[in-house]
Amino acid sequence: MNYMCKNIDELRAMLDRKAVTSDLLFQEAIERAKQYQEAYNAFVTIIEEKKEQDATSILSGIPYALKDNISTKGILTTSSSNILKNYMPIYNATVYQKLESAGAVLMGKTVLDELAMGGTGTTGHTGIVKNPWDSSRQIGGSSAGSAAAVALGIVPFAIGSDTGDSIRKPAAFGGIVGYKPTYGRISRYGLFAFASSLDHVGCFARNVKDVAYVINIIKGEDPYDMTSLPDDNKNYVDTLENEIKERKLFYIKEAFENYETSEDLEFKETINQFFKTVEKVKELGFIVEEVSFPKELLSAIYPTYMAISCAEATSNNANLTGIPFGVRGEGNSIHDVMMDARTKGFSELIKRRFVLGSYILQKENQEKLFHNARRVRRMIVDKMNELFEHYDGMLMPASGGIAPIFGEKTDQLSDRYLILENHLAIANFGGFPSITIPSGFVNDMPIAVNLTGRQFEDDVVLNMAYKIEEITDCKDQIAKGGK
Amino acid sequence: MYIPTIGLEIHCELKTNTKNFSSASNTYSDIPNSNLATVDLGFPGILPVINENGVKQSLKMALAMHCEIPEYMTFERKNYFYPDLPKGYQITQFHHPVGINGYVMIHVNGEDKKILIHDTHLEEDTASLDHYGDYSLIDYNRAGVPLLETVTEPCMHSAEEAIAFLEALRSIFLYCGTSEARTDRGQMRCDVNVSLSTTENCLGTKVEIKNVNSFNNVKDAIVSEIKRQTEILENGGVVLQETRRYDENQMCTHLMRSKEDAIDYKFFTDPNLPPILLEKKWLEEIKAEIPSLQYERITMYMLEYGLSRYDATILVKEKEMAEYFEETIKEGADAKAASNWLTSVILGHMNKYEIPITKLFLTPKMLVELIELVSSDKISSKQAKEVLYQSLEEEKSPVTLVKELGIEQIGGNEEILAVVKEVFAENREAKAQYQAGRTNIVDFLVGQVMKKTRGKANPATTRKLVQEEIVKGE
Repeated sequence: MNYMCKNIDELRAMLDRKAVTSDLLFQEAIERAKQYQEAYNAFVTIIEEKKEQDATSILSGIPYALKDNISTKGILTTSSSNILKNYMPIYNATVYQKLESAGAVLMGKTVLDELAMGGTGTTGHTGIVKNPWDSSRQIGGSSAGSAAAVALGIVPFAIGSDTGDSIRKPAAFGGIVGYKPTYGRISRYGLFAFASSLDHVGCFARNVKDVAYVINIIKGEDPYDMTSLPDDNKNYVDTLENEIKERKLFYIKEAFENYETSEDLEFKETINQFFKTVEKVKELGFIVEEVSFPKELLSAIYPTYMAISCAEATSNNANLTGIPFGVRGEGNSIHDVMMDARTKGFSELIKRRFVLGSYILQKENQEKLFHNARRVRRMIVDKMNELFEHYDGMLMPASGGIAPIFGEKTDQLSDRYLILENHLAIANFGGFPSITIPSGFVNDMPIAVNLTGRQFEDDVVLNMAYKIEEITDCKDQIAKGGK
Repeated sequence: MYIPTIGLEIHCELKTNTKNFSSASNTYSDIPNSNLATVDLGFPGILPVINENGVKQSLKMALAMHCEIPEYMTFERKNYFYPDLPKGYQITQFHHPVGINGYVMIHVNGEDKKILIHDTHLEEDTASLDHYGDYSLIDYNRAGVPLLETVTEPCMHSAEEAIAFLEALRSIFLYCGTSEARTDRGQMRCDVNVSLSTTENCLGTKVEIKNVNSFNNVKDAIVSEIKRQTEILENGGVVLQETRRYDENQMCTHLMRSKEDAIDYKFFTDPNLPPILLEKKWLEEIKAEIPSLQYERITMYMLEYGLSRYDATILVKEKEMAEYFEETIKEGADAKAASNWLTSVILGHMNKYEIPITKLFLTPKMLVELIELVSSDKISSKQAKEVLYQSLEEEKSPVTLVKELGIEQIGGNEEILAVVKEVFAENREAKAQYQAGRTNIVDFLVGQVMKKTRGKANPATTRKLVQEEIVKGE
């Protein structure tokens, strides 16, 4: 019996009527994890022994996976970096604590791009994560392992983190749902910081309702995180069925210029399908309109994101010196010891970002690079808020194509890359709730739409996503590799 | 002649229950690494949570230093690598500190002077490192302790002024109860900037001396640095902008790093700490908690009570002493008399036995009673001194002691006059002898009165009455 391909409602019902035990679910989860580990490499750690739970909640007894940049007391947490390959945390992240208290069963820690920096799933210290639909392709990142584990039917849900698109992009490439709520809705305490002003905790599942179940459990104000929001005291599952007629959505005109004449057939087909989805969404009762968004701002998303995230990352990761924890370096002076640990502990990509971030923060560059990036961020958010005065959400393709083949080159200065592959970061800039929903297939690979809503309106975004999910025919899908 | 200009940066640990951004206890401990929380060690994923009381204490200080308080304050990160800094950055304030543009009054060489405060900001202390031969040990107890850094303008021109300012600042901490400000525990540390110039209103090249840990060392460091720079300039040299450290054994400064090696701390606002709005109402409440400070009290004691600056300064050295003094005045004591007893016998007793004034048996009320016994001629001031000593030693009130010892003088004229008359009646030849030129008979008669009253008659009154009586005719 394949239980792990079921959704939370089904598992809950079976557990409650004792058709299955939590032990059995856990066993199946770790067996499947091991079965697919060699082919897809989703896990850094597979937990061998089930921790007994006595809580009762919708999630009690149900196995799940955590991204390996979330602090778990006594369980190895590496952030997929060599500098932390032996790091054993002494405290629990709030999100893990909440899942523990709800009785959910942790079965493994998943691979990420090193320190959550990167969007390919190829830079973790334990190797690359492959796409469960086609192992010659990327699953995307940085929450690569969590996306793969859910797509493979190893767990019904997994926790990830999202700084630019790190949940919502791999969800799109994996044919599953990925959600990042409003900034502050879920505590960041215990999430290894990448760029604190952009970092979010969120989750993957195979349908919107499961996402709502999980977010209900893990959201809430946290005295350990001063940026966490006061409780909204809402049950996101209860409002999923709310009426969406007359809800207004927009998509950005500038993202689709010249796609019809593009020679990239996958791109063309992805956009064609997006517009077909838009039509179906309209049939549901949504009003969908095209709006214009200043192209200079759209083209500035990527450099803005890089400037802010690298700057914050440089400082956030300055704790990784190998002195109080982590792999200790060698040398004759304190500075040599730290330098050795950092030289050996980080990959080239990480070092490049740290150098960049350090350069951006230098006294003589800060105004021009860092503060200007913050200003552009503010302008983009202001423009979005202006649009949100008239619209309930932005509907866009999550990506301009399907999961890239390993080694495939992208032109990072093209409009398609700058806009379609980076617009998801807008939700991080403004702390907007944002969800990726699978919407179909191109060349047998999943594609997805992304829905981003107003700050604080997590309930509305989930409600609209739940309705859109009805017309996609991609609910509860398991990747080919997991069947 | 060169004009030295001095600016100070003073770090002082604030008194709070917990650290500035974690729940670890903020208490001094000799056991290394016993006061720490996960947050203090900079583990991945930790987040700072601001200590409200730390903010309050720092605001109290900013207000006591007459600073402008911003509408909201922010926290910035100061980034540098050193093992005493577990996060790789120190949380401090850069853009919107707790206070700017304040001042502190000092009195040096007979003159009042306003020391300008550039800013005062709240930050966290670092861990402490102990270096041994080929290894070092880290104690994180201090890491994260709230620290208030106060930066003066370069406006002092002598070591005396600098020390007077440090003493004044220290007293503000103590009066406000915001810090124990103990230099021996490293709770108060100082960076000293010294420059020399030939003309006023023009600053020379600044040299910074880092981490000077006692007021004496600050004084010596300034003196030696002025001497060093003077020698350079007199020999036609140029003073380089650099950071030095003070060597207390050799009593001179050594180069740490030159301007070229100055660290770029890459300050930026900490995204984990939202701006904190400082509401007017809260500021008013905090302001109301600030007691009258040393400088104001000295001025008041001199103007209102006619005390000397010397005595006033002794009385305000500790807030508790000043409060004791003011309490005796409230109870009706003569200010000068109270001041005299406090600064002599009582302070001597406190120093001898190391008792704080709050633990003294003698209450302000008792002191007032003693002063009244003297002013009403019930006892002599010489007796009062004895009684006070005894009162402090035996923990008995002066009134009780005077009764027990039976030394209360007969102060009233009537009473003494009756005895005087009695003595004259018994010595009828006395007046004649006096007129015959035997003036020392007065001493004899006074002695007789004292004998009859068993010493209780006030000697001065007695002598006066005897003198009056003896010149009277029969």
